Amino acid sequence: MRPEELAVRLQGRVPDVTVARGETTLVVDRTQLPAVLEELRTDGELAFDFLSSVTATDWPGRVPRYWVSYELGSTRHHHRLRVKVGLAEDDARLPSVTSLFPTADWHERETFDLYGIVFDDHPHLSRILLPDGWEGHPLRKTEELGGVDTRYKGAFVPPVDRRTT
Amino acid sequence: MPVERLPGLHDGRAGADPEQEVKRGVLLTTLDRAVSWARKQSMWPVTFGLACCAIEMMATGAGDYDLSRWGMELFRASPRQADLMIVAGRVSQKMAPVLRTVYDQMPEPKWVISMGVCASAGGMFTNYAIVQGVDTIVPVDVYVPGCPPKPEMLMYGILRLHEKVRTQGRIR
Repeated sequence: MRPEELAVRLQGRVPDVTVARGETTLVVDRTQLPAVLEELRTDGELAFDFLSSVTATDWPGRVPRYWVSYELGSTRHHHRLRVKVGLAEDDARLPSVTSLFPTADWHERETFDLYGIVFDDHPHLSRILLPDGWEGHPLRKTEELGGVDTRYKGAFVPPVDRRTT
Repeated sequence: MPVERLPGLHDGRAGADPEQEVKRGVLLTTLDRAVSWARKQSMWPVTFGLACCAIEMMATGAGDYDLSRWGMELFRASPRQADLMIVAGRVSQKMAPVLRTVYDQMPEPKWVISMGVCASAGGMFTNYAIVQGVDTIVPVDVYVPGCPPKPEMLMYGILRLHEKVRTQGRIR
């Protein structure tokens, strides 16, 4: 299906559908998310059977602050779709879709690791890229830029530009 | 090392003097120098390629540049069999404990070459992900600059390290 046809097909189910630069984007509420993804997957005409990425974007000062996006693909029909969920700053959590797409497991852990977005009912929501004892979520726009201290076995060495000697 | 050349060494006409016989073909040196020379002659690097510098390191080990000229072509997969660690590339924060463990597992004496600007000081990666200089976790003997260094630069660093091992080696 072409992006415009996809949009027409989906408009009956979800009101907020946009087509921009040949890409179809669907905005849903977090409570609807698992049901919408399941329908997209099981509908024979859509057949979005491949979740290629889960990621987030951070917009400090805007409402909602976080957008979590799910990039879907169909190996049967060769069309693609993006599903977005907006999350408030003080309540950045949404249901996990690992039961629907097993590949979401590590993607959701990465999104949690780098953005601090909590996925409810995830089987093992822990850090995946950063060391376990890390503090903070470095891809949030409010995090400090630049190198960080090397903390290892009691050593504490600041980055090169902040060393005094 | 100085070799005392004596007449009759290679022509099969050995002299009758026992003292001359003892001197014949004997190298005189200190144990320090002999051991340092042996260490320098075949350092075995441990496999620690981390990023694009590893490609240059592999090129240095391959036919064109040929590290086997210094007996170094054998990159060991086990730190137990290695005495040189070439940290080739950026070290992520999560890789830092692994790197230190591999270093700790290498038998003494051991040396470290920090290859490229990322391993030496973080390089362009002044961010949360990368250790800002591998010398914050392991002691470094030679820093090789560059992004990435050419094989010639790595070879120069290796030769400097050889010089260090040859002149500063001590048996402990």
